[in-house]
Amino acid sequence: MAKADLFGEALWDQYSSVVADRMNNPRNQGEITEEEATARGGKLVVADFGAESCGDAVRLYWLVDTETDKIIEAKFKSFGCGTAIASSDMMVDLCIGKTVDEAVKITNIDVEMALRDDPETPAVPGQKMHCSVMAYDVIKEAAAIYKGVDADSFEKETIICECARVSLSTLKEVIRLNDLKTVEQITDYTKAGAFCKSCIQPGGHEEKDIYLVDVLKEVRAEMEQERLKEAADASATGDFSKMTMIQRLKAIDKVIDESVRQFLIADGGNMEVIDIKDTDQGFIDVYIRYLGACSTCSTSTTGTLYAIESTLKKELDENIRVLPI
Amino acid sequence: MKRVYLDNNATTKVDESVVEAMLPYFTEMYGNPNSLHKFGSETHKGVAKAIDQVYSAINASDDDDVVFTSCATESNNWVIKSVWLDAIKNGERDHIITTDVEHPATLSACKFLESEFGVRVTYLPVNSKGVVEAHTVKDFITKKTALVSVMMANNETGVIFPIKEIAEVAHQYGAMFHTDAVQAIGKLPVDVQDLNVDFLSMSAHKFHGPKGVGALYMKSGIKLSPLLHGGSQMGGLRSGTLNTPYIVGMGKAIELAVNGIPKMNSEIRRLRDKMEDALLELPDTFVVGDRDSRTPNTILISIRGVEGEGMLWDLDKKFGIAAATGSACASEDLEANPVLEAIGAEADLAHTAIRLSLSRYTTEDEVDYVIEKFKEAVSRLRAISSSYSTVKAQNIAKTH
Repeated sequence: MAKADLFGEALWDQYSSVVADRMNNPRNQGEITEEEATARGGKLVVADFGAESCGDAVRLYWLVDTETDKIIEAKFKSFGCGTAIASSDMMVDLCIGKTVDEAVKITNIDVEMALRDDPETPAVPGQKMHCSVMAYDVIKEAAAIYKGVDADSFEKETIICECARVSLSTLKEVIRLNDLKTVEQITDYTKAGAFCKSCIQPGGHEEKDIYLVDVLKEVRAEMEQERLKEAADASATGDFSKMTMIQRLKAIDKVIDESVRQFLIADGGNMEVIDIKDTDQGFIDVYIRYLGACSTCSTSTTGTLYAIESTLKKELDENIRVLPI
Repeated sequence: MKRVYLDNNATTKVDESVVEAMLPYFTEMYGNPNSLHKFGSETHKGVAKAIDQVYSAINASDDDDVVFTSCATESNNWVIKSVWLDAIKNGERDHIITTDVEHPATLSACKFLESEFGVRVTYLPVNSKGVVEAHTVKDFITKKTALVSVMMANNETGVIFPIKEIAEVAHQYGAMFHTDAVQAIGKLPVDVQDLNVDFLSMSAHKFHGPKGVGALYMKSGIKLSPLLHGGSQMGGLRSGTLNTPYIVGMGKAIELAVNGIPKMNSEIRRLRDKMEDALLELPDTFVVGDRDSRTPNTILISIRGVEGEGMLWDLDKKFGIAAATGSACASEDLEANPVLEAIGAEADLAHTAIRLSLSRYTTEDEVDYVIEKFKEAVSRLRAISSSYSTVKAQNIAKTH
């Protein structure tokens, strides 16, 4: 939480004046009939996206010149809030004059950017970003109708956050590269989850197949699996620095058993490993405790200690330091 | 621009005589009413008068308790959480009954108990007229039910619930009965002895009193652990220095509200009905709930093809009319209107509800103006609406 989360700016006061103007006076509202299309010699495309039951529905009309694939005229109809109407209106502006292939590249971010008063200030508050997603999706539908293909064929990627258009593969990569551990970190790095927040976890405005929490959990589980595998490999190849704690303990005990412990026992003493810690300076500190006669032996902090440490350095890792407690 | 306020179920204008009654308690009579000195005793008198005004407004007996709180959210939370503590955690019962259409103060508190403590909660549905019926309560109540909490009138629709009958059912099973009467005070008579409720929540700002003060009525003999512990104000039931000016304001406001019930049910009801009749002339519209079983100030109207927030925008930005909606985009929590869902309206209409709520300050002129401008807004938005366009899509509409 923070001040803005506790009591943010009034919702409508966060709309840009372009959004307000487009809601009040949409330029491109209307429809194109089959007769008009025939008269102007173009192909009429009428695409729907969304549903009134979800709170947003948009219908896009394109008149396409079939020789150049250029959108020569476009209109929209929309059931939705001010943001939905304004972004539909702006989306139509962006379509006109483009070829169908160019139009397909228009994203909801493009629509939102076009609605800004100045480049630095979002046109709508985060929770309204999802209203502009519709504008993006309906273009894909229209293009699919025009080309006679499935709309999904334009979407090569699985999009997790529709507001910021962040794909599953991007998320996975960013989590791995930056070793991200929380959803907040994901949002900081990618903007995914920053807007309507539906993609963060179940219970938001829209139901999703996969949420950020799932992606994070999955990638972290994969990373953990890989770490263990790496550790297992490290154990096999003797790379002490990459071993897990348990593997390290076993490795140390093995070396001690083979080359040190017998001498300690012969003198009526023994030792045990208490803890192993990686230091920031790159050392691996092994904390040990002497038992029996060793605990009072004067060489336990000098010669014996040196012998133990140099054996471990030689056998396991030269960064090992042995520290008696 | 002309401004018309028709969102009185959300909050109301403070009556000027209420403000007047409150003012001396800020700068002149500011003593702590629990102090012994003169500063204390003069404010003590103000609170005592407010207490009498509230007791009288709901016909509480002197043996009952009416405790001032910060708002009805606190009152509702207090009842639900302390009944859980007293009758479920430290008692033999394990179940709470409420409804689908309660205020979030009740629903969220119940959901909290459900998720944190595994309490069994039944959320009763409303029928197609938006009413929770007593026989539905009977279907779910058991001898293990600790509490039944059903609002007196619904905030969205104004529909009045048969709480007297429901309280009787609750008592037959040894359960306690709570009602959130926030939308009822000043609109219909509220007589706690006749209704025989155990708890009743109120909020001053819904009846032309100030925000930040409410009350909880508790029937004589009912024990409820406090929610707020501290200096044992209000008999130890609700600690915290008494909010003297606001309590005085609430007392004055509830007196005025109850005196205003006849006007509400004649003049304001007539204006409401006039507006409702006129708006229903628009095709593809309907109003939730029977007119006679609603609070006299409320209309929840569905307008096919017009999304709620879009409509609110036009009413506010173009015509200066303040209304409300529970639709997807309007409130910051982006939910569909829960009441429209609950009454089983067509899914396409879930986002088309507009609530108009009048007050005793609403005038005939305002109503005429709203009728005209409301129709203008509907006609503009239907012209933009995809559901009223003639050229149909060539694909099969997908949901998102």
